[in-house]
Amino acid sequence: MSVENGIGASVRRKEDQRFITGNGKYLDDINKYGQTYGYFLRSPHAFAKIKSIDLDAAKAASGVVDIFTGADMAADGVGGLICGWGIKNKDGSDHIAPPHPCLAVDTVKHVGDQVAFIVAESLEQAKDAAELIEVDYEELQSVTSIQKALANGAPQVHVEAPGNQCYDWELGDKAAVDAAFVNAAHITKMDLVNNRLSPNPMEPRSALGEYDAGTGEYTLHTTSQNPHVARLLLSAFVAIAPENKLRVIAPDVGGGFGSKIFLYAEETTTIWASKKVRRPIKWTSDRSEAFLTDAHGRDHATHAEMAFDADNNILGFRVSTKANMGAYLSTFASAVPTYLYATLLNGQYKMPCIYAEVQAGFTNTTPVDAYRGAGRPEATYVVERMMERAARDLNVDPTELRMQNFIQPDAYPYETPVIMTYDSGDYPLTMRTAKGMIDYDGFEARKAKSAAKGMLRGIGSAAFIEACGIAPSAAVGSLGAGVGLWESAEVRFNPTGSVTIFTGSHSHGQGHETTFAQLITDQLGVPFESVEVVHGDTTKVPFGMGTYGSRSLAVGGSAIVKAADKIIEKAKKIAAHLMEASEDDIEHAHGVFSVAGTDKQLTIGEIAFAAYVPHNYPADLEPGLAENAFYDPLNFTFPAGTHIAEVEIDPETGVVEILEWAAADDFGNVINPMIVEGQVHGGVAQGIGQALLEGVIYDEDSGQLLTGSYMDYCMPRADDLPNFNVTTTNTPCPSNPLGVKGCGEAGAIAAPAALMNAITNALGKEIDMPATPEKVWRAAQNA
Amino acid sequence: MYSFDYERPSGMSDATGSVGEDDKFLAGGQSLLPTLKLRLAQVDKLIDLSAIDDLKGISVTDSEVTIGAMTIHADVATSADIRSAIPALADLASNIGDAQVRNRGTIGGSVANNDPAADYPAALLALNATVHTNNRSIPAETFFVDLFETALEEDELVVKVTFPIPQKAAYVKFPNPASRFALVGVFVANGAGGPRVAVTGAGPCVFRQGDMEAALDSNFAGSAVSGVKTETSGLNSDIHASAEYRAHLISVMAARAVNAAS
Amino acid sequence: MTTVSMTVNGKSVSANVEPNTLLVQFIRDNLRLTGTHVGCDTSQCGACTVHVNGNSAKSCTMLAVQAEGAEITTIEGLASGDELHPMQAAFKENHGLQCGFCTPGMIMSSIDLLKRHPNPSEETIRTELEGNICRCTGYHNIVKSVKAASENMGG
Repeated sequence: MSVENGIGASVRRKEDQRFITGNGKYLDDINKYGQTYGYFLRSPHAFAKIKSIDLDAAKAASGVVDIFTGADMAADGVGGLICGWGIKNKDGSDHIAPPHPCLAVDTVKHVGDQVAFIVAESLEQAKDAAELIEVDYEELQSVTSIQKALANGAPQVHVEAPGNQCYDWELGDKAAVDAAFVNAAHITKMDLVNNRLSPNPMEPRSALGEYDAGTGEYTLHTTSQNPHVARLLLSAFVAIAPENKLRVIAPDVGGGFGSKIFLYAEETTTIWASKKVRRPIKWTSDRSEAFLTDAHGRDHATHAEMAFDADNNILGFRVSTKANMGAYLSTFASAVPTYLYATLLNGQYKMPCIYAEVQAGFTNTTPVDAYRGAGRPEATYVVERMMERAARDLNVDPTELRMQNFIQPDAYPYETPVIMTYDSGDYPLTMRTAKGMIDYDGFEARKAKSAAKGMLRGIGSAAFIEACGIAPSAAVGSLGAGVGLWESAEVRFNPTGSVTIFTGSHSHGQGHETTFAQLITDQLGVPFESVEVVHGDTTKVPFGMGTYGSRSLAVGGSAIVKAADKIIEKAKKIAAHLMEASEDDIEHAHGVFSVAGTDKQLTIGEIAFAAYVPHNYPADLEPGLAENAFYDPLNFTFPAGTHIAEVEIDPETGVVEILEWAAADDFGNVINPMIVEGQVHGGVAQGIGQALLEGVIYDEDSGQLLTGSYMDYCMPRADDLPNFNVTTTNTPCPSNPLGVKGCGEAGAIAAPAALMNAITNALGKEIDMPATPEKVWRAAQNA
Repeated sequence: MYSFDYERPSGMSDATGSVGEDDKFLAGGQSLLPTLKLRLAQVDKLIDLSAIDDLKGISVTDSEVTIGAMTIHADVATSADIRSAIPALADLASNIGDAQVRNRGTIGGSVANNDPAADYPAALLALNATVHTNNRSIPAETFFVDLFETALEEDELVVKVTFPIPQKAAYVKFPNPASRFALVGVFVANGAGGPRVAVTGAGPCVFRQGDMEAALDSNFAGSAVSGVKTETSGLNSDIHASAEYRAHLISVMAARAVNAAS
Repeated sequence: MTTVSMTVNGKSVSANVEPNTLLVQFIRDNLRLTGTHVGCDTSQCGACTVHVNGNSAKSCTMLAVQAEGAEITTIEGLASGDELHPMQAAFKENHGLQCGFCTPGMIMSSIDLLKRHPNPSEETIRTELEGNICRCTGYHNIVKSVKAASENMGG
């Protein structure tokens, strides 16, 4: 029986009403009585010693409330920012996490590093005062590229990190891979750059800190994907206040894409300073600051080699990656190029052995951390450009080479050589589906038509896999994570039958208010309109690990289901009592409790009322109908699929036009197909952005950020993108009760490789991302 | 933004009467306000020109199109008279910035700013237009001096621009993928004085491509210019395009403009 | 301080402002209409788009004093009572928004777009939305929303 607005229905979103009418409450829309404005003086240099800071003139300026430096925070015993995931070097020693003060002490290590925090009556006054601060810098030679930073003689970003090395890590069986290569009939080799990206959620980061001198309680409104984690870090490591005296609220948040997972210096300084000035302080990033300080993504340089036997079967895979961490180790930065990356290098294939080594290092650049996909796009990019290239080397169709090497649908659970156990999937099906959607077999005829116009046409595919539903706590704990990655939920019936769901997940565009309500509508038969979802406030929600890694439905949704199961269990007891039947005879379906073999039944609404007005009620049962659950997943989930892109290149200008995009994704069960499709669209758009348009560029000599605004950092616009043809296949995930796998990152993971494979197919030669017109034009000249 | 004073005079003489060294005229503000917002410039006073009726309006005769300085791009883009007289000019205006910018930005502001990647300067130069100020008339040839520099004096105000109507013209732009300003824009016109080719975006200031003009003089066809090279020295080179690529694009855009000219 | 008077969403408003007050600051801070957003500082993202005398404009690239005497419409002024403007309804029906931050500007631009092109092609919609950046949707459903609105509005 399908339930109206239940699982599988493209229910229109609850949250839209407030957003389309201008009634959303984003952080900068919130103001407090007596509010002041914070502004950060930032380093203009990539690397410099601070010889002195003179605040006198600035402190005397009109409207200035106070000004703080790193020395003030240190004197107050406030700690720096930490990295929450420890990585072991090849020799078993720990990675290096140098100090990361919120406000610079002695040195600045990237352009935009925080030097002083000015609090004033207005933002303009704070900016005026910032111009009066005299900082005497001694400039140092900086280094921005990871290859240069890890080379001999490079400038040393941290004295704590000799050679700028953060860690030198490995995964897999080196000896087995070496042996496999000895026996190879063919070896494909590539050097690949995964370009650095700026996440650019449209709402800039913002914080509003206030301190209540009466209760000693701090309240931080912040643009966070995981307010409880922010609270935990602020309490346990920065030592702002114990968790019971610190409330963190993430209201409507305008996109995150990973960049709002992390605890940043600005939010931390704002909440700390609110007690110093005894007034609320609001800090809102402008876009220029966002480019300088929002954690960047990617920035890998990789050498990869893949060995094949004479029948084109993969024998082994060898990958060596250098990963740029930026100037400091951000909250989860260390995990991205290791456990979120190398563990997915197996792709969708039968690979007998894999060996990956990753050297991570520091540079004088903005810190790098998780950005949509986080490690998994980098892995798919390496694997799928290698597969395409190998097919070209071997003179076989790239989709056929993939089909031949795919893990087969009957092979699950499938243990890869890089510590993952894939639980389900049907890779040949998604490949066949995507090929059908784009009329793959008709490509040659279309290519000939393009050629007749003097245009180059190309087609390219990417068969991606990701590990989502992050994550089983014990598993990630054994790999160095500092936290558990379960999720919590409370399902609370109100006496009149409506329901409030409290979730530790956080929605910043994903539509949780709709999808989560659908779960309860389906499971408990409560009308969709009568279900509200509460998230993003540490005093309202039991606890939460937040939203990232396509985890909200698989982990957060499962916690809701688990809480609803408890509701049903209790409701059965109440129903049995009210209908004078044995509990064993109570049957439940979608909120209707009936006595087997009779026409007696009660709805969940009637039972909820009885639970809150327990005049006729089981003696041994607590009143009320509200249940908590914490859900820790059994395994990661493994969304996978194939994306195929078709492009046409104008060789005269190098302009790439994307003609078609076909995506067949296996997300397991789908709760709201409309929302899932939207997530794929957005992910693909970001992946296309990476492949075609985007890239953070630093001046190699001065370390200045050259792509510091939308004038120079190319954001995808509507006319850069095609319509997307997307569909899903659905092999249910066996490791969570909903059978869901997660869909938020797939597009960003699949798209860069698919598009670059199409472009290089058209050009007949390999180029790196982003495929800018000039780069493509140059390649086309020599094609 | 730094603080400043603000005036909105209703007459031209009020506007130009007491212009201080650090005062600025405010037309549509689509370039000036972003600069002020980032504190990249500081002014004592902004003199808003929007209330001066003499600066507004479009008129078209058999030989000439006249556009008042405060005419917004959207009005030029949608003017049936301009579209019939010089369709290339209407096309150019319809692709300046984005829709919101076209609803505020003005021709006077654009030419007075002389952004090296702006579109209008190419039209003025190729169409042999004349910039009329409150004091004098300046041929486009001498109006655009250098990077963000024009022949305007401090208290001199662009009143209107007159464009002789050519036989044929077209503007083709290769936009910077990020900013959408012209990475290279080429305006080609064939009028009374023979073919003229003006290039914006590629150098520090709009310039004429003489070799292409000569080639077109004998054969007004795209094929005549597609092989004509532009010297790379003096062209812009940045993260978006090298001088070599810009030089190449000039040839491609010029050929496309000639082919599209109507 | 300068006195500025204008009509916002049909109501006359008047206030003393510093000349360097942007229209978007006036709308958000003075009038507390926070549906108009600021997403960049280089006048490109379009989140701040409002209608000035019926035409779309970036309220971050206009001084409040420049709006003297103008009719301003913001996202809050579109619906009549509980009845959504057809463009708002189309965005909801077609999942044309995710995080919602760019949405007010996107809707204001789209309404202006339909005024100029009542029955736009997909290509026209994409080109005409150049001044509005969305990071969530990949624009697919925004384009679909605008197309649907044009049909519903009889374009």
